[in-house]
Amino acid sequence: MLAAIILVPLVGAAILGLFGKRMSERVIGWIACSTVAVSTILSFYLFFEHRAALEGGEKLHEYLFTWISVGTFRTDASLLLDSLSAIYILFITFVGFWIHVFATGYMRGDKGYWRFFAYMNLFMFSMLTLVLADNFVLMFVGWEGVGLCSYLLIGYYFTKDFANDAAKKAFIVNRIGDFGFVLGVFLLFSKAGTIFYFNDTARGIHGAFDWAMTQSPDPLTWSAIFGGGITSVAVLLFVGAIGKSAQLPLYVWLPDAMAGPTPVSALIHAATMVTAGVYMVARASSIYIHAPTAMMIVAIIGAATALFAATIGLAQWDIKKVLAYSTISQLGYMFLACGVGAFGAGIFHVFTHAFFKALLFLGSGSVILGMHHEQDMRRMGGLKKYMPITFATMFAGWFAISGFPLFSGFFSKDEILYRSFIANGLPDSWARILWFVGAVTALVTAVYMTRLMVLTFWGRERFSTSEPAPGADSVPGGHEDHPGPPHESPASMVLPLVVLAAGAVFAGYLGVPEGLSGGKITNYFERLLEPSIASLHVMEPGHAQRTPEGTPLETRAEAPARMPEGHGLERTLTGVSILIALAGIGIGWVWFKRKPLWEPPRLLEEKYYVDELYNATVVQPIKVGSTSVLWKVIDVHIIDGAVNGAGHLASMLGSTLRYLQSGLARSYVAIVVLGALLIIGYFVMK
Amino acid sequence: MQTDFQTIATQAMQFIMPEGILTLFACAALVLDVMLPRDRKRFVAWVSLLGVGLAFASLWILYTSIVSKGTPRTAFFDMIVLDSYAVVFKSIFLIGAALSILLSIKYLEIEGEQRGEYYGLILFSVIGMMFMASSVDLLALFISLELMAVSVYILVGYFRRDKKSNEASMKYFLLGAFSSGVLLYGISMVYGLTGSTNLAKIAAALPIVASANFNPFGAAAPPDMRYLLLMSMILMAAGMFFKVAAVPFHMWAPDAYEGAPTSITAFMSVGVKAASFAMFGRLFLYGLPDLRGSLAGDPASGIPSLPGWALLLGIVSAITIVWGNLGALTQNNTKRLLAYSSISHAGYVLLGLIAGNQTGYTGFVIYLFIYTIMNLGVFGCIIALRRRGIVGDRMEDLNGLMKKAPGLTVMMTIFLLSLGGIPPTAGFIGKFYLFAGLIETGNPWLVRLAILAVLMSVVSLYYYIRFIRAMYIEGETEPQPVTLAPSLRVALVAAAILVIYIGVFPQRLIDLTQKAATSPGLKTYSYQQGATKPAEPATPPPARGMPGERDRQTATPPR
Amino acid sequence: MTVLLALLLQTPPRAGGPPSPGPVATPPIYGYIPIVIFFLIAVLLPVVLLGVSRLVQRQVFEREKLMPYECGVDPIGDARDRFSVRFYIVAMLFLVFDVETIFLFPWAVIYDRLAVFGLVEMLLFIGILVVGYYYAWQKGALEWA
Repeated sequence: MLAAIILVPLVGAAILGLFGKRMSERVIGWIACSTVAVSTILSFYLFFEHRAALEGGEKLHEYLFTWISVGTFRTDASLLLDSLSAIYILFITFVGFWIHVFATGYMRGDKGYWRFFAYMNLFMFSMLTLVLADNFVLMFVGWEGVGLCSYLLIGYYFTKDFANDAAKKAFIVNRIGDFGFVLGVFLLFSKAGTIFYFNDTARGIHGAFDWAMTQSPDPLTWSAIFGGGITSVAVLLFVGAIGKSAQLPLYVWLPDAMAGPTPVSALIHAATMVTAGVYMVARASSIYIHAPTAMMIVAIIGAATALFAATIGLAQWDIKKVLAYSTISQLGYMFLACGVGAFGAGIFHVFTHAFFKALLFLGSGSVILGMHHEQDMRRMGGLKKYMPITFATMFAGWFAISGFPLFSGFFSKDEILYRSFIANGLPDSWARILWFVGAVTALVTAVYMTRLMVLTFWGRERFSTSEPAPGADSVPGGHEDHPGPPHESPASMVLPLVVLAAGAVFAGYLGVPEGLSGGKITNYFERLLEPSIASLHVMEPGHAQRTPEGTPLETRAEAPARMPEGHGLERTLTGVSILIALAGIGIGWVWFKRKPLWEPPRLLEEKYYVDELYNATVVQPIKVGSTSVLWKVIDVHIIDGAVNGAGHLASMLGSTLRYLQSGLARSYVAIVVLGALLIIGYFVMK
Repeated sequence: MQTDFQTIATQAMQFIMPEGILTLFACAALVLDVMLPRDRKRFVAWVSLLGVGLAFASLWILYTSIVSKGTPRTAFFDMIVLDSYAVVFKSIFLIGAALSILLSIKYLEIEGEQRGEYYGLILFSVIGMMFMASSVDLLALFISLELMAVSVYILVGYFRRDKKSNEASMKYFLLGAFSSGVLLYGISMVYGLTGSTNLAKIAAALPIVASANFNPFGAAAPPDMRYLLLMSMILMAAGMFFKVAAVPFHMWAPDAYEGAPTSITAFMSVGVKAASFAMFGRLFLYGLPDLRGSLAGDPASGIPSLPGWALLLGIVSAITIVWGNLGALTQNNTKRLLAYSSISHAGYVLLGLIAGNQTGYTGFVIYLFIYTIMNLGVFGCIIALRRRGIVGDRMEDLNGLMKKAPGLTVMMTIFLLSLGGIPPTAGFIGKFYLFAGLIETGNPWLVRLAILAVLMSVVSLYYYIRFIRAMYIEGETEPQPVTLAPSLRVALVAAAILVIYIGVFPQRLIDLTQKAATSPGLKTYSYQQGATKPAEPATPPPARGMPGERDRQTATPPR
Repeated sequence: MTVLLALLLQTPPRAGGPPSPGPVATPPIYGYIPIVIFFLIAVLLPVVLLGVSRLVQRQVFEREKLMPYECGVDPIGDARDRFSVRFYIVAMLFLVFDVETIFLFPWAVIYDRLAVFGLVEMLLFIGILVVGYYYAWQKGALEWA
């Protein structure tokens, strides 16, 4: 059953890839959407079928086949459904389905229609494999699969240089992260002797996480990172997450990834793939809670990325770039949550974010299409009346991401801020700083999202309706030839917007923080997740003093204990969050209504010159090195030299080879005899 | 005497049925060749393919009805054995032959050399290969080796009007005859020392002959017979190294591979190689297992201990891997490049023999299986490039292939990645087992050898990716379109699917090869204790002596 | 010489006789008298035939007749002359079928003991050779022109 969820999109991808070229757009769209729809239905069916079991913390293994089994090393293709992966497949298939529907309209008339949907289905397959795997190797298969699809889809407009460059950049930066991930898995295997997550008695498998729970935690010291212990495992795995989830310092590929078609940005680079890093960290939570240093690194990098990217987002003109930086920033939030031990809150934010960010991206896609492929917000404005539905749905997304009360983002973001304020396992001062950074980020987020909305939908119309927009970045075919006033998108695009907007508004009610309701409404989401992820013992202020060692670790059994004393603090902090959100929206509204084209500081507009910095410190040295050393010396002198018989190393290696390989049978015989004599001599003399 | 007839008749049915069928079809191919008119000769190809198919079916029947039940049995006076080892190798040869025939049909048409002997010779050489895998007697091994070799000599020079083909054939023949002589010399010395040509008897006699104080003549100062034993072992190894093209006995390979018709290059690089390895395994794992580790000396009387064949193979495989990969780096002719690549792969396969444990043996067999499929695939893609006026064996001929034939390009990519050992292709599984086998021994030198092999397979990626770069990135150099003949397409698609299938679902093949790697008689070796322990109680083949045969028993030293 | 002769000419021991004394005794060689006789006849026969014919023939000497006969090729000339490749084909075919006949001899000697088995075996053998013969024939290997 689980296998079917994964395989149906693969079948779709295969059909489209093999025969799609000869199909009509309609058929292609139907195949692509229906395969994902089947997965979606299956996911929902499975979830509700096994709901009680999942809530009770049961792990449903589905064994398919053994891939390799040598000595102590064993890898299976086997799947795992627990509440964590269940939540993931629910929103991946659901959001994925609606994005597929959106894309059938968005990509209309494109020459590579079949190719696009083949990739999209392949992506769904890889992502679901990643999430449903029950061991690190299969997860890695999915991990690389989504990377590959991301590469293919970013470079979808392969005739455009910028798309190719962006695709390559994404590919290379991700490889750096993957390297860390692979090393982490190797180290984990050498420590735990298994690459499976959990024990499975049916197959006689030991799980790495069950192993981790038997370990004593590493101390909170920097040296633990290089100690080769569980902290090293955690840090290496996190390097993988940094690459995939676009965190500092490997975030640079994500903004460029917007070169892909907008549905791709929505699906891969906002809602699903980039959250794989968060998934992995949450999945490996039992490792992380034994590595406080790694937790701290996760929290710090998450918080820093959140603030850093948010400030850049403040200054972008390209509507998709704003959303890209916003995504990076929100991913930072999720890692912040994981770093302070609130894995459940992090996943909850992943969940709500999937809805509102997919919505915002699709909305921006609708705007871009309506504007005839214009992405620059300086040439938009006043679109409210042309695109009412897009406006209304994006409005919901705007309030959700800004943390406006009772929208979905409000609940998840509030939970994260609260949990970082009381972060246990971290020194108090650190916790306060993390909270403060998170709060400032929330403010900035509200401001830049308001800016985006104001620039796009309100104010003066800054576009001309007579000529096609010059310098359009994105080139889905077919629309350039009919300039005219902006228009609302077709139904196939509007419907997904509406559905996702509903999600953006209501998804938060699955996990209302218990502090808010005073414990009257159970935080269903957190209760559901609790059995799947290990957590630090929840330490409420005033409830128990932190032990001097700083890391009181309990298994999840104790976690659900209710602590009503903390609710007062939580409510206070919630009040602060609401104020921040309102303030942010207010500032943005007042400021950008008045000066929509206000020039932001150059430093922000140029993204802190990070790309230039990387260019100067990494890219150029490699380029220079490869030009002057690899090319000019190695390639010209050694490789080419060998061919020409004139190189340095070649004269040692190549021409010796050549000399021996004279083509004369008698010299071959001589060499054979010589070789045999040498061997005999060696053996006899020894 | 009537029992003999019955025995042999039943044995023929039970043991060499596939070979018998192939012989029949090989003869039929020859007869058909002269009977059919010139433009109908491709019919012979289909007939031979049918023969291979029938042989495969009968092999399968033999396997399910005999081999998979109980211990292997010997036949024909202990000359032939039918065990999983033989069956797996035979299936490798049959798959290789079937794919090669499919690759050849269109190619020979283009070359204007469509003749029936070609297929007849392929079948004859396959018969030789199959006997190589199942013979457990030095003489039978040698004769089957020659049957294979002579057929292949002719096939290499099959293009009579092509000078390169003639030259390649001549060189291959001269050097092959030379190496056969070397091998035969080794065989004769082993016979002289142990008094038997039967591998099981040789293995039984070895501990006595290899002991430091073996003194058959009761001389006052016993000569150290171990040197003679080593000498014969080295000579046999040298002969086998030649056949599998291991450095320094590889010199013929690039020339022969380049000159031979491409379809024959493909067939040689997999069939001949796999068969030679099958024989290599029989000789060394079944016949000379006790010569693996060092031969104990006698410190009391100042007799040194001597190294065994594991050391020899280790050094040769290390050199072979390095040499083959470095040699491939600078080649521009794809056939020559693949010749060097196949040399390096021979080095990898040797690793399985060196490891001496179950994982290693599994790797040894499984790698040959996989190598057969993926290498035939690559050659098939190169054959597809042969068109009117274009030979298709230069690197430039691949340029811009993606635009001309995307399906072919994708399949070629799969095969190349598999050769490079990238998951999820089959090549990864093979390499994984070989390397894992070495690492499992825990011997520091063998672990170093594994690291070297891994590093060199990274180097090999460089030249495999050169192909990929040419196909995807370079612009087209000539406009002529590439079309796939149906037979070639079938072969390539089947090979590509197999490569991916084995890469993703390897377990079935692993089970099969593991059976081969644990066939009775194969001895595993632990480098930790340095002791030999039989995988199962070594079962000497049930002696079924020929009536009236004077049994010259294994040389038993007088005590 | 005499020792060798004595060794060769000794009679084989009776079957079921006492086993040889030592495990590594020199393998006895015996029973070669028929072969010795065969050799003698083989040497004598041509000598007698040639001798008799020389005695009784009428001798006429001509130029052509005095030249050594070598398969129709001029015996005097450059050693690196090109030969017709057909010589080799015929020679090889001769060799193959000659060897086949030799195989038939031992088979014929113990045919009575091999019975049906021997017959079937030899039919198979000859059958394969017939295929080869047919092939060579159809390929035109037997025609000189």
